[in-house]
Amino acid sequence: MSVITYRQALRDTLRAEMVRDDNVYVIGEEIGLFEGSYKITEGLLNEFGPKRVRDTPIAEEGFVGAAVGSAMLGLRPVVELMTINFSLIAIDQIINHAAKIYGMFGGQTSVPMVIRTPGGGGQQLGATHSQNIELFYSFIPGLKVMAPSTPAEASSMLRAAIRDDDPVLFLENLGLYNSKGEVPDDYAEAENDDVATIGRAGVAREGSDITLIGYSRMATVANQVAEKLQEEEDISVEVVDLRSLRPLDRQTFVDSVKKTGSAVICEDDWLTYGIGAEIAASIQEGAFDYLDAPVRRVAMAEVPMPYAKPLETAALPGVESISTAIKETLSAVGKRVG
Amino acid sequence: MADTAKPKGGSAKASGSRRRNSRKDTSGIANENPDALLDLYRRMLFIRRFEERTSQAYTQARIGGYCHLNLGEEATVVGLMSALRETDYLYTNYRDHGYAIEKGMDPKRVMAELYGRKDGVAKGWGGSMHMYDTETRMLGGYGIVGGQLPLAAGAALAVSYRETDDVVMCQMGDGTTNIGAWHETLNIAKLWNLPIVFVVVNNFTGMGTTVDMSSAEPDLYKRGSAFRIEGERVDGRDVLAVRDAATRLVERAREEQTPFLLEAWSYRMKGHSVVDPAKYRTQEQKDEARAKENDPVAIFGDQLTKADVLSEEGREEIAASVKERVAEAADFAENSPHPDVSTLFDYTYATPVPNESRRMPADPVFAD
Repeated sequence: MSVITYRQALRDTLRAEMVRDDNVYVIGEEIGLFEGSYKITEGLLNEFGPKRVRDTPIAEEGFVGAAVGSAMLGLRPVVELMTINFSLIAIDQIINHAAKIYGMFGGQTSVPMVIRTPGGGGQQLGATHSQNIELFYSFIPGLKVMAPSTPAEASSMLRAAIRDDDPVLFLENLGLYNSKGEVPDDYAEAENDDVATIGRAGVAREGSDITLIGYSRMATVANQVAEKLQEEEDISVEVVDLRSLRPLDRQTFVDSVKKTGSAVICEDDWLTYGIGAEIAASIQEGAFDYLDAPVRRVAMAEVPMPYAKPLETAALPGVESISTAIKETLSAVGKRVG
Repeated sequence: MADTAKPKGGSAKASGSRRRNSRKDTSGIANENPDALLDLYRRMLFIRRFEERTSQAYTQARIGGYCHLNLGEEATVVGLMSALRETDYLYTNYRDHGYAIEKGMDPKRVMAELYGRKDGVAKGWGGSMHMYDTETRMLGGYGIVGGQLPLAAGAALAVSYRETDDVVMCQMGDGTTNIGAWHETLNIAKLWNLPIVFVVVNNFTGMGTTVDMSSAEPDLYKRGSAFRIEGERVDGRDVLAVRDAATRLVERAREEQTPFLLEAWSYRMKGHSVVDPAKYRTQEQKDEARAKENDPVAIFGDQLTKADVLSEEGREEIAASVKERVAEAADFAENSPHPDVSTLFDYTYATPVPNESRRMPADPVFAD
């Protein structure tokens, strides 16, 4: 095993897939000469040349759509959208085209493409650059949506996404690029394994008192919460990392809730109509008789994200707010008095 | 620039002067292969009758949804498709029935798609707006205005990536030249040297909004100039003119590996779709759109008759065979089975993965 950053896991895996398959190419703004806004594509232009590392004008609808069209002819584009906020410019091509072409034409042509894009608040980027709108894509049949939280997941899930024949929205996170984690030594070239499976959640940490569910950055925050509560309060938290937002692996978190009897969901998006709402609804349907307390959601404050640091910090869910929700839930259950 | 006819980009009324220039010199016909001319005529008439049958089937509720016809655009459709090789790719908007047939799809299966049947080209999943066939490389009719443009550029990018000599043709209506995808796509097509021909079928009306109402530059063929894309305008009522202009640009795109723009103007004989009575048109405009002198099938038939290529007998024979084939298509569609409901989840994903939802509306989320 070695310890690498989430960024390096993505970069090395992307490179390895480009070496493996000539049909894989990368396309997006500032990915070549500039080497990527977040340096995921560093070195690729030098190694593969401009044909396979295609810098684009600032024209998200145009280049995302062009990637879709090239995928219809069998290329396997990996699109980089500088942030998920900019996907709104390309949303017609993602939802009305990439997601529809396979079904709408009776299964004649698949669209094997990946759209890599980071979400994530907390960087003082203000209202239009701090949104987490993966929900829009998770809502759409025909798309697959993946959200890795660790370097190991980032590597194996990116590989799975590139090798999949359907359009995959691959959610990264600004706050995770520098995070480190263990990966197998041959991570970049490894064949698919269980970590990578699209449509499967994972139990990131076993526990018995309560289930804490998150994805992407919030899965890593969930692990921190679990560790802290174990140490400080002797609370045993089971952490479920969703990994795949569509398809959604309901069974994994429902099984966990059946074991623990209660659940808190932490999400970086807004609460109302958010991904947590779907998780909570699924829990009540799948584990109604096992629930000892209402399912709680910890989510962003429902405001356009402010710039000023104290306001931004207050708006975001974090270790403190999640811990509070867990302790309140367990108090209600009567297991603990928080 | 082929700019002999000069639509002012507005209502049909505003550009009525075109009619006086519309009579084509038939001398060019003498140099053409008579059988090839008759073939063009037969194909145009086929689209005319096919679309009339489609309209009828729609009003009989055999066809549902939105349904846009190529009536009045037969010369444009046939002329454009005559310029493509079988291996060239085609993307169109939702007014796609004629293109699908002309690109090589079996009309029976096109009609079956309109009927939403199992034997339809898209197995009944697409309908009128979404004809598609990988074999004939008609890569889709698209319902979102402008949506097909980036896709077509992407197909051309793949052609360029693989260094084959295919060309992509991307058809659209006049209204499309105002949407963002137009500008983004033309820019990248030129920037990346893509072998693609953009074709604007200008019938002067985007639904009910005229080109004058919507385009600050109503000479649509000029609208590639911001991207240094050469444009031409052609009389879309003239099948030979369309064929020649399209062939020239398609071959230049193939040779020079760069995009071109062709504007073909003609009349939309009926409303925007089958159900649109076109009340926004004056009687004069309606008369003009349906006038014999603007009817591409009538124009070409008369030219061929004058040139002694098409006899009265030949005309009847072609009409009878077209009628028969259209009837066959309708019969085929009528007798094709509806898609089986058990196939509902077959085309959501190409690569199966765990936890795909196969839940019917009343099913619980957890089936067991």
